[in-house]
Amino acid sequence: MRLSPIRAILTLCGPAVIAFAQPAGSPFSPTNIFAPASTPAKSIVDLSLFVLEVTAAIFVVVFALLAYVVVKFRRKATHGREPAQVYGSTQLELAWTVIPVLIVVILFLAAARVIGVVQNAEHPGNAIDVTVIGHQFWWEYRYPSLNVVTANELHIPVSDPAHPTPTFLTLLSADTDHSFWVPRLAGKTDLIPNHPNSMWIDPHETGLYLGQCAQYCGTQHAKMLLRVYVQTREEFNRWIQEQSRPAQVSSIVSEGQRIFERTACINCHAVAGTVANGRYGPDLTHLMSRDTIASGAVPNTPENLRRWIQDPSTLKPGCKMPAMGLSDPQVNAVAAYLETLR
Amino acid sequence: MSASSVTIPEAEIRWNPPARGPVGMYCLIAAESAIFTIFVVAYIFYIGKSLTGPQPKDVLEVPVFYTVCLLSSSLTIHFAVKFLRSGKVGFFLFWWFLTIALGGTFLVGTALEWRHLIYVDGLTIQTNLFGTTYYSLVGLHAFHVTVGLLALTAVLLFALLGDVKQQHAERVEVLSLYWHFVDAVWVVVFTVVYIIGR
Amino acid sequence: MSTESITWATPQAATPPPLVEQLHHWVATVDHKRLGILYILYALVFLVAGGVEATIMRIQLIRPHNHFVSPEVFNRMFTMHGTTMIFFAAMPLVFGFANYLVPLMIGARDMAFPRLNAFSFWMTAFGGLLLYFSFVGGDGLYGAGSAPDVGWFAYAPLTSQTFSPGHSTDFWILALLVSGIGSVGTAINIIATILSLRCPGMTLGKMPLLAWLNLTMAGLVILAVSPLTAAQVMLLVDRFLGGHFFDTQAGGSAVIWMHFFWVFGHPEVYVLVIPAFAFASEIIPVFSRKAIFGYPIMVAATLCIGFISMSVWAHHMFTVGMSAAENTFFVFSTMAIAVPTGIKIFNWLATMWGGQIHFQTPMLFCIAFLFQFLIAGLTGVMLSAAPFDWQLGSSYFVVAHFHYVIVGAILFTSFGAFYYWFPKMSGRMYNEKFGKLHFWLFLIGFHLTFDFMHIPGLLGMPRRIYTYEPGRGWDIWNLIVTIGVFFQAAGVLVFACNLFWSYFRGQVAGSDPWDAWTLEWSTTSPPPAYNFAALPEVKSRRPLWDLKHPEDPDWHYE
Repeated sequence: MRLSPIRAILTLCGPAVIAFAQPAGSPFSPTNIFAPASTPAKSIVDLSLFVLEVTAAIFVVVFALLAYVVVKFRRKATHGREPAQVYGSTQLELAWTVIPVLIVVILFLAAARVIGVVQNAEHPGNAIDVTVIGHQFWWEYRYPSLNVVTANELHIPVSDPAHPTPTFLTLLSADTDHSFWVPRLAGKTDLIPNHPNSMWIDPHETGLYLGQCAQYCGTQHAKMLLRVYVQTREEFNRWIQEQSRPAQVSSIVSEGQRIFERTACINCHAVAGTVANGRYGPDLTHLMSRDTIASGAVPNTPENLRRWIQDPSTLKPGCKMPAMGLSDPQVNAVAAYLETLR
Repeated sequence: MSASSVTIPEAEIRWNPPARGPVGMYCLIAAESAIFTIFVVAYIFYIGKSLTGPQPKDVLEVPVFYTVCLLSSSLTIHFAVKFLRSGKVGFFLFWWFLTIALGGTFLVGTALEWRHLIYVDGLTIQTNLFGTTYYSLVGLHAFHVTVGLLALTAVLLFALLGDVKQQHAERVEVLSLYWHFVDAVWVVVFTVVYIIGR
Repeated sequence: MSTESITWATPQAATPPPLVEQLHHWVATVDHKRLGILYILYALVFLVAGGVEATIMRIQLIRPHNHFVSPEVFNRMFTMHGTTMIFFAAMPLVFGFANYLVPLMIGARDMAFPRLNAFSFWMTAFGGLLLYFSFVGGDGLYGAGSAPDVGWFAYAPLTSQTFSPGHSTDFWILALLVSGIGSVGTAINIIATILSLRCPGMTLGKMPLLAWLNLTMAGLVILAVSPLTAAQVMLLVDRFLGGHFFDTQAGGSAVIWMHFFWVFGHPEVYVLVIPAFAFASEIIPVFSRKAIFGYPIMVAATLCIGFISMSVWAHHMFTVGMSAAENTFFVFSTMAIAVPTGIKIFNWLATMWGGQIHFQTPMLFCIAFLFQFLIAGLTGVMLSAAPFDWQLGSSYFVVAHFHYVIVGAILFTSFGAFYYWFPKMSGRMYNEKFGKLHFWLFLIGFHLTFDFMHIPGLLGMPRRIYTYEPGRGWDIWNLIVTIGVFFQAAGVLVFACNLFWSYFRGQVAGSDPWDAWTLEWSTTSPPPAYNFAALPEVKSRRPLWDLKHPEDPDWHYE
């Protein structure tokens, strides 16, 4: 693979520029589209570098012409007469029509090829299927064949380029339009009600990949964050096993569980194995297995959990979960109950 | 005070740009056609997609008589304009009035059809996708017919007062262009709603 | 051939009439020149309003997790900013210049339908007031009122009663519906004027390029604004009559709103940029002292652009889930439009080639336009490659791209047009030094803001977010972007002061301060109400060049 000039410049200067722009010691941008970790993102980077090379060349040529003209044909103070009037030139017009047409044809063919590669990819038998349902303002994930329902943090297995095990996402929406964008894994695809979409990713490296909703969906669009955990096969299988178990609640109904099941909480939330089976809000069966709450808005700490239960609008104003008006002891009890949902 | 002088040669050439009235009306027709196109596209897109409620073939009857009325009114208005051009104001009045009568009959027909659809078949704009798109498209057309009839009636009143003469033929013709447009739109709406969509 | 020499003078001003009478003349006017000036002043006021909204947003985004405004207010800001700038700043600006210049440049006394002209202006004006009234009167049933917050393209089903209760969205719909009627009225007027009222001898092939470009723009308005009107009527049916056009619960389609909107939305941006091309096509030749290069090709390219622009709309929908075939078609049509656009850039450069370039303020803005429009076009080519758009779409890269066009191309040439035609409209010259100061301040601010805005997009920052997470690498770029805003504001302030001061105290301009060649410079500054004492007859595209160079007139050559 030849190292194109643009790629060279980006590889050398990109990190330098970004490192300059960030506090020392932090990583490069975790959402940099030029750091692909999955085939669709990689195909896009290859195409985009080609396009950048072509457009950069055009820019250099035309800018040089502009700069030359502006300098060379400045008005000379001594010159009294009008310059020679030139009304046109058929050859020039032909030249600067034909050459751009050729460039357009080349760019078009390059783009068309990648469209086909990404949109018409085959769905192998060993692919993981996840149904993603966009809500205002959180993500619901269902693994239909694996009997798992979770929210906000997507776990998928890593894909070995030699023996790919991609993940295919079916994208649905429960309310308004959303868009699934994790730049390092793929381009974005929208979630539109009554219009199922599909996309695929095959991350080559384990790790946590970040993104967020990319189609304005209402007040808290900005905090509908995405976290994709790419794990080894073993870790993934373990996670699936844990997630498909019902909640491990103690036989004695705690005070918190009682409040949870008597207040309106169960209208929106589900805890598998209990009476709670609301679907409007995230499934909480394994809430404590997640690093964040409120769709990535804040880390999943006891303090944040209490603040969230007390009044969600202090952390995510405009989100759909109302403050239930619980007293402090009640909040603590509910939080203690939720903290048992591992 | 500033002065400037410019030498202006007398016009020597023959100069006949198009008259502004028809040009303006054709532009208006183009704009309205674009609006109707969007409603027609929506109608066609939603054919067969209603989840519940009455379907077109269950409730729609082809309005042959009222269509003939409306399309004939194009003919009558054409005659009216022709007579006005040749100065026969009396004949113009007769054919103009006939145009209005035929257009009015069409509107009455639409009203009767809608009354049947709403009260007997239970189809309203809220019922389903068919209801929404049907009433919007046919209603938009009926609205344009109404506006046209108001304009035609205004001219009729002026004519009855004796204010419409041969020299106004061009302006009346511009108005008749709008009426022809309304009829042409009905041909499209009729085809889409009562033939293709049923 | 007999000729007459006519000398006329600006009418001696007697004691000026009382203020009330003057105001009444302005409100009741049907004179295209006054309506043009009303449109332009109206646009400037809303340009400032939109600028304030942008400034609020940029202060909120200056650092992550900022708390300058609430998310609700921010969401209203970007909705109002986009809607204001497109419909109540840019379009009135474009219509204002068209109104003022087209009749003068084709040797007519007024537009074809003067009363329709006035009606159209007041409809547009009322639309803007209606939109801004929403800040005050928008409270709806659940108190969920105030200004609209659904984004300037108002995607369904966010705009349904379910997700946008109250009346804020209704203000958006009605304001645009009303001003859309005004836009179509003006477009009809422009076309009828150009086709029917050209002075003797001015065949279509002899009219100034500005006339051709405005003719194309008007054609696009007629074909493009109407779909928006239709879609908004449908949305009103959904919101008030229980219809299901965009009701996904009833089997309706959210995507069809997008199609209808962008069938309007894409030609709309050409409605805005084609007049910018018109300004450049008039200013660049005069300040290069050469005729425009390749007039017939420029006309053909314009018509191609107008035509193709009706077929590219779904490049705004590459991420929506259209099939590979559909996506591929729109890649093709979008890339195709780059060809006639590029041809125009080359023709402008060729006009300057071999010329004697004068670097006064109008020309400075047009040179910057060439540079910026080149870049904007190239980022557009990048976005037209659909897979690249799957990453860059709905991100700050797109925001940077379209602001590069709207500000970098359209606003820059509009500033150039202001300075170029201000002497004609007011009879006085602006202050050249302060004009240049405006240019440099605005240039610096523009590039600080919009060059660096591309980078967060490349690093994954989506648009329409009221805040963002630290640690994504976006912080420093947002800071720089915000700083640029203040330079631009300073430039606009200098501009406004210059125009205001020059109107009263500027040097008297005379009828032809630029030694230009089109018909508007043959009459006084400002022109009398009847424009020309006698309708001129022309023999070439540059009638004044012919008069000033009788030994070598244009009609010997083309």
